[in-house]
Amino acid sequence: MADAKISDSETADLEQFRNETRAWLDANCPPEMRKPVTSDTDVFWGGRNAKFSSEPQRVWFERMRDKGWTVPDWPRVYGGGGLSAAEHKVLRAEMARMGARPPLSSFGIWMLGPALLKYGNEAQKKEHLPKIAAGEIRWCQGYSEPNAGSDLASLQTRAESDGDDFVITGQKIWTSYANYADWIFCLVRTDPAAKKHDGISFILFDMASKGVSTKPILLISGYSPFCETFFDGVRVPTSHVVGTVNRGWDVAKYLLQHERAMISGMGERGVGRPLGQIAADSVGTDGQGKLDDSMLRGKIATFDVDEAALAACAERAVDLAKAGQAHPAFSSAMKYYGTELNKRRYEILMSAGGLDALEWESERSKQGARPRAWLRTKANSIEGGTSEVMLGIVAKRILDLPGA
Amino acid sequence: MALVLTEEQSMLRDSARGLISDKAPVSHLRHLRDSKDPTGFSKEFWHSFAEMGFAGLLVPEEFGGSGLGFMEAGIIMEEIGRTLMPSPFLATSVVAASALNRGGNATQKSEFLPKIASGSLLATLAIDEGAKHRPLQTSLQAVRAGNGFKLSGAKALVVDGHVADLLIVAARTAGAAGEREGLTLFLVNPAAKGVAIERTIMVDAHNAARIELANVEVTADSVLGEVDQGATLLDGVLDIGRGAVAAEMVGLSDEVFNRTVEYLKNRKQFGKLIGEFQALQHRAAELYVDIEITRAATMKALQALDADVAKAASAVAVAKARAGTTATRAVQEGVQMHGGMGMTDQFDIGFFMKRARVCEELFGDANYHTEQLAKARGY
Repeated sequence: MADAKISDSETADLEQFRNETRAWLDANCPPEMRKPVTSDTDVFWGGRNAKFSSEPQRVWFERMRDKGWTVPDWPRVYGGGGLSAAEHKVLRAEMARMGARPPLSSFGIWMLGPALLKYGNEAQKKEHLPKIAAGEIRWCQGYSEPNAGSDLASLQTRAESDGDDFVITGQKIWTSYANYADWIFCLVRTDPAAKKHDGISFILFDMASKGVSTKPILLISGYSPFCETFFDGVRVPTSHVVGTVNRGWDVAKYLLQHERAMISGMGERGVGRPLGQIAADSVGTDGQGKLDDSMLRGKIATFDVDEAALAACAERAVDLAKAGQAHPAFSSAMKYYGTELNKRRYEILMSAGGLDALEWESERSKQGARPRAWLRTKANSIEGGTSEVMLGIVAKRILDLPGA
Repeated sequence: MALVLTEEQSMLRDSARGLISDKAPVSHLRHLRDSKDPTGFSKEFWHSFAEMGFAGLLVPEEFGGSGLGFMEAGIIMEEIGRTLMPSPFLATSVVAASALNRGGNATQKSEFLPKIASGSLLATLAIDEGAKHRPLQTSLQAVRAGNGFKLSGAKALVVDGHVADLLIVAARTAGAAGEREGLTLFLVNPAAKGVAIERTIMVDAHNAARIELANVEVTADSVLGEVDQGATLLDGVLDIGRGAVAAEMVGLSDEVFNRTVEYLKNRKQFGKLIGEFQALQHRAAELYVDIEITRAATMKALQALDADVAKAASAVAVAKARAGTTATRAVQEGVQMHGGMGMTDQFDIGFFMKRARVCEELFGDANYHTEQLAKARGY
């Protein structure tokens, strides 16, 4: 019975937190920030050269930052909100309920932050985490190389020891927004003689360092979110290594779990109206109010079932992690399903939009927002490890199937 | 509510799993089938089930039950799904107990619920009349006669119909097939004059029956809930049944999957373990993801039912639709990956395939529930 009492009072506290949070969000989230994002340029990324696309975007970011709610579950000492797991869940639910946008999009929040919290030393945490939380430094990720994509551990970028520095030489590819980033978290080979997983280090450095250059890669969507990134004798203090030298693969793997969880969750980030209603606008309805394309209607309904089920699974994955029952490779399962589902979503959106969804350059189509987004999703099942790599990880690490 | 089992729920699962896997493995169903057992389940085992409090799991404590929730009922159903144990749990302890508890008056509750809890009374819901699950298409007639009613019509796939002590029959007191208004639930004694019950041996060797009612007289006291307003009561009871069957299908899918993965790790062909082939590894991994997603959707539905049955419809539709699709895939892949062995009666996999087909039809298949979600979302 004692247990029941404790849980009753926790429930009451949580209800109070929910009410206060709801009231605060209602008072502080500008109406413009309760609408879905329509394009990449409408997302706030922070950084030294940060630009707000609108005044409401600035207001929303600053209010959330001041509460520590750009990173609600990080400790307060590092600029976070210090929320418990249960409170964080409440906050997310309340934001989702009103359709509130994330105030800050950031690889620092999604990927580097969790890795630093686990593997960083105190000086590194104090130096970098508060700046990530406040959106002062925009980070990019230096993982993939021209010959080391899904086979990441075969990367060749060298870091040679020279006194208190490493001297870094090599090339990265698919570096998202490298041309806008202030700092990079990067995998480099510090021991070429070791086995491929054992000679890699995880290192942080300023993109303004001498010897760093970037070149955008134009994609089928007409955008260049990705870059080639070149390092020509870049000097980086050895103190910038996170974790142990030559043990960077542990950090990399941990961070990849967060990246995969982030990519798998892309569907839940403010997509807006239900697909069925979007489709009804362009396709029309029959006398009973049903979509006037029964096959499309069936596809949408099946999609809705799968999306709702995935959302339950994503919620459960978080709950399992908090209960210490999560399999470390489960994010690969989520990444696989989430990205395949997101591709289905956009395929349906294109089908529902018909001819209207084909416009590429016109004001009416917001410069082809929909077809560009559709094309963008095709990379979901490639980036962060392909679907095939994810299935391989599930097969070997979760199901324990034998290696070839 | 977190989507993980609490400590108490884990203990419940462990004790149910221990009991069921020990006393009622798949060979138990095989034996009942091969011996053409007239009851179709083990009465002895049902009594030990009742003694552990499982029969009255959903019955409130004041009527002698354990007063637990749908999440707990789902835990038992999942374990039943793992061994395909035939038992009155679904029809009596989940569906009928919920119908009586939600729709019954004080007299009806105190007469029937304690007997359900003690395992001494078996009850079932008689709903579908056509080939597919269409509750609103009910056309079995109940016409007023004196102080009571006369029931005439037929029902198909009545689970445990041939051994039930109490039938809960959906009938039409007004309106036409397809309408929500005019449905009424009746408590009918299977021994009453005019009731004809034919046991139907189904593909999965579980109990079902076809029931015909010819001018069966019942008193006004036999109405469960309100006359003409049965649809809402029925919605809730059916959603509870759907959540439970989804949980059974999760257990069934998971068990087939585990057996299949074990087989992949042991069977050699072309000089290799077949589990080394990437084509099979990827299919197994996809199936694992499907099952995990379905498990989460089912837990979500059971929690929604525990929170408020009337608001759980969409979550239940998602769970039942997903469970049907996933179970079908799990048994198909299970048989395929077991190769020729999977086609033999001697191997258990075929039992799972047959049960999955029945569970898919029971209370609405994946198409039916996908359609329900589309309707609820207004497109």
